[in-house]
Amino acid sequence: MDLANTSLRQLASALHERRISSRELAQAYLGRIERLDGELGAFITVDPEKTLAQADAADARIARGQAGPLTGIPIAHKDIFCTQGWLTTCGSRMLSNFVSPYDAHVIEKFAGAGALILGKTNMDEFAMGSSNETSHFGPVKNPWNLAKVPGGSSGGSAAAVAARLAPAATATDTGGSIRQPAALCGVSGIKPTYGLVSRYGMIAYASSLDQGGVIAPSAEDLGLVLNAMVGFDARDSTSIDRPAEDYTATLGKPLKGLRIGLPREYFSGGVSSDVAQAIDAALEVYDRLGAERVEVSLPHSALSVPVYYVLAPAEASSNLSRYDGVRYGHRAAQYADLNDMYERSRAEGFGPEVKRRILTGTYVLSRGYYDAYYLQAQRVRRLIVNDFREAFEQCDVIMGPSSPTVAFGFGEKTGDPVQMYLSDIFTISVNLAGLPGLSIPAGFGAAGLPVGLQLIGNYFSEGRLLQAAHGYQQATDWHRQVPDMARA
Amino acid sequence: MALTDTDLKRLARLARLRLEESEITGLQGQFAGILGLIDQLQAVDTRGIEPLSHALDLGLRLREDLVTETDQRARFQSVAPQVEEGLYLVPKVIE
Repeated sequence: MDLANTSLRQLASALHERRISSRELAQAYLGRIERLDGELGAFITVDPEKTLAQADAADARIARGQAGPLTGIPIAHKDIFCTQGWLTTCGSRMLSNFVSPYDAHVIEKFAGAGALILGKTNMDEFAMGSSNETSHFGPVKNPWNLAKVPGGSSGGSAAAVAARLAPAATATDTGGSIRQPAALCGVSGIKPTYGLVSRYGMIAYASSLDQGGVIAPSAEDLGLVLNAMVGFDARDSTSIDRPAEDYTATLGKPLKGLRIGLPREYFSGGVSSDVAQAIDAALEVYDRLGAERVEVSLPHSALSVPVYYVLAPAEASSNLSRYDGVRYGHRAAQYADLNDMYERSRAEGFGPEVKRRILTGTYVLSRGYYDAYYLQAQRVRRLIVNDFREAFEQCDVIMGPSSPTVAFGFGEKTGDPVQMYLSDIFTISVNLAGLPGLSIPAGFGAAGLPVGLQLIGNYFSEGRLLQAAHGYQQATDWHRQVPDMARA
Repeated sequence: MALTDTDLKRLARLARLRLEESEITGLQGQFAGILGLIDQLQAVDTRGIEPLSHALDLGLRLREDLVTETDQRARFQSVAPQVEEGLYLVPKVIE
């Protein structure tokens, strides 16, 4: 079976028709990981014994005729999802010894669907980064060019899918961490509406922005995986209780009359010319499919990065105060007293980017600065949400680039945190508003590196976003392009 | 705006992060950039705008007042750095 070009639906029918067993499928992907991941670094943990045991259980379930669409399919999980009995590191030295005693809701959902855990993917430390260079376990390489970053923070998930080391991978997105790496690695990725995927057992970074989602080759694959992942969970206080939806139901419906909003702020400089050309070409495909272009405006979008770098560090400084070396995680070997134990354990356990964000958050929440920074950022957040509300009165979906450039080189932005933060200029506002966003491959830019087209929808319009992405993917074959190493 | 050594050390103490002297100069430079970025917010007129802490207006749910948790102490303590007789051990805080 040619795993470099097989959709989830095809894998599922091969399993159901008994043309391949789940064990054989798992072995094939584990073999690819063993051969190719040495130079890629997309996985932190693989455990073939556990995966194959799940495969045997899935094969038995298929034999009993009780299989669902994902039964027997191996799925890689970002190492931010607590997985019982598996090392769950969040890319940090702080959790480098943490074997989770429980499962995240997302992991339970996939277990219920009969999917296999293929492994845990590398990521920026505590999901703080846009290049995967902050991981304690070393950077992930971009499968299209090993000298380039895969994006972040879900760089391991994106690279694994791009190199076809996994048919799909879970990921999380706080400021672009699904869409930006999906764009840089030439794969599809969706961040659902805030609250659709439970945050229970998903290690917290900035709780009002964090949302789980999926990376896979195509929009159809995303829909199939999302069907298994979305669901109410009382253990997440912001989980949304609404009737289940089949996210593949609207795929294939024509796009004629679809109103595409083009924010003038996304098309007025600040985008490299190769990316701008690819996005223009993608919009022409939508023209031919009968969609209509509408000019809209998101006047506060340039402020989304400063708003984010107040609110996300503020939430992070609170969330990460739990790492104190007492109940789990790293504890320093030498210390003078309790306070010294806290300070040394945290100084040793966290890397430089995490420390910068904790200190920034502590600063903006401290007396004398709280009003000027934290409350002011929350006010501007409301202005950003209002911009989207007005724009969606005129259009069904907003489109633009996912990232201002194609993948950049290692070390290019590590010296200047602000330059790195600006990589997420087109994705961050979507998290601030809690909207669903998707990135799909839209051709290639400089040096043959992938460009991503971002689609932003109104609340709970995942079905429509996937329909719009699928329509494009029926008319193009960018999502079927694989890097040379994936053909190996 | 720049942070002085004293400011940074105070923040680090509040955040329970031990900073080495050698880290301070680098952090000051990076903070100058970050503060420059977030200071852009000061120019925005937000008079009459309510702060927004959460994009979706969700009420807090109440649950039935029932015991739902079971005793999983041993399982959770299996990942703790130091435990004894079911207790987490930390350095002595009272002489």
